[in-house]
Amino acid sequence: MNNSNSDTHISVEQQRYATWLSWGSRSGLAILVATFLAYVFGWLPARIPLDQMPNVWSLPTSEYLHQTGAPTGWHWLTLIGQGDFAGLLGIAWLSGCSLLCLVVVMPIYARRRDWIFLAICIIALLVQLLAASGMLTVGH
Amino acid sequence: MLNVAISGLRNTGGLLKANALLLMFTLSLFAAGAYAAEGLPAASAMPWWGWALALFITCFFLGIVAVPSGVGGGVLFVPIVGGFFPFHLDFVRGAGLLVALASALAAGPSLLRGGLANLRLALPLAVLASASSIAGAMIGLAIPAKLVQIALGITILGIVVLMASAKKSEFPEVAAPDRLSGALAMHGIFHDAARNQKISWQVHRTPLGLTLFVGIGFLAGLFGMGAGWANVPVLNLLMGAPLKVSAGTSSFILTLVDSSAAWIYLNKGAVLAIIAVPSVIGMMLGAFIGARLLHVLKASVVRRLVISLLLFAGLRALLKGLGIWL
Repeated sequence: MNNSNSDTHISVEQQRYATWLSWGSRSGLAILVATFLAYVFGWLPARIPLDQMPNVWSLPTSEYLHQTGAPTGWHWLTLIGQGDFAGLLGIAWLSGCSLLCLVVVMPIYARRRDWIFLAICIIALLVQLLAASGMLTVGH
Repeated sequence: MLNVAISGLRNTGGLLKANALLLMFTLSLFAAGAYAAEGLPAASAMPWWGWALALFITCFFLGIVAVPSGVGGGVLFVPIVGGFFPFHLDFVRGAGLLVALASALAAGPSLLRGGLANLRLALPLAVLASASSIAGAMIGLAIPAKLVQIALGITILGIVVLMASAKKSEFPEVAAPDRLSGALAMHGIFHDAARNQKISWQVHRTPLGLTLFVGIGFLAGLFGMGAGWANVPVLNLLMGAPLKVSAGTSSFILTLVDSSAAWIYLNKGAVLAIIAVPSVIGMMLGAFIGARLLHVLKASVVRRLVISLLLFAGLRALLKGLGIWL
């Protein structure tokens, strides 16, 4: 069973993971920069005016949410047209790009009948999805 | 002969300039500390863009020193920005995770392709650390900020001791893999460019390593720091992976661990783009420069500087949490 590139000793799944991670992180950074520029240059309106930010960024999260009415969970997506929440798109993309990488290596493990690593990928995926779901709520 | 002398002088000049730059940065941070000691009277005394710019510049310098000192940017970011900027610690930790995550994501693909990060070694450790980072993030956002500050201060001081005293082993001796690492095929071959040879490696003490990664993930989520400072010693000294594989795999593990914790902060509303984005961009640009200054900067000097910075920032966090130095 040869599952690696003989010149570099890098497994096929590792190379595929790297390719997807590269695209995911580059596109995420591009989105992050683009939406931030739109935010600070006023190309997109801000829900909380930038000059008001120094009054709220020193507050605990709970107090900040209370004073600004900012959403929690995935509700920020409904405010994506506003600069301060558009900026979260790149952050969510960067946080989520590993999900795709895990998904694309699973078929390789399945074809090879490497059930242990397939199970590890599924568990890793479920942990990431649970974290991203917004179901885990906490507060001060 | 003359060329050698000129080259030597140029290198010395470059070294002096780079170290002078670092010294200026340290002094400016101490000045910021003195300003913070006066109580940050009005967060609004400086406009938003002034803070964003200061954050960008600070992170740029942190990025420069993070690479040659061998620590992740996140471990420098949280205590320094948390101690000397007017942002609440919740937002600083949220941004800190993103700083560590973005740096790890940027490095991840080339580390995987170069064999310095190993998927089979990383995934089992990352799964456990990811799950515990979620718990750490949830607890960190649920307990009072003062308590987090105190715990952060103690942890940073612990990291200072670890950095100052920990040994490293480039190629640890692993006589035989343990049963678990054998079953999971946690071994590999990497090409060491410095020696121009292929190095075969395997690991041992896997159950203890997995257990320690649960604790490491928890701390990463709790404090919003990347956990390379803890990952590398566990992978290298405990499990016996070569130093370069340990550093590369540690960085890759952060792409999964920090993203889990980052989701918790994002869903809780503890991520502000105005804090996170200048930090991420500044740190990445700084790391880009830092990687190119590796040959000019004297690693031991930078390492001592970073240890001093962490010592100062750790004391500041501890005293701030105790209400002694607000």
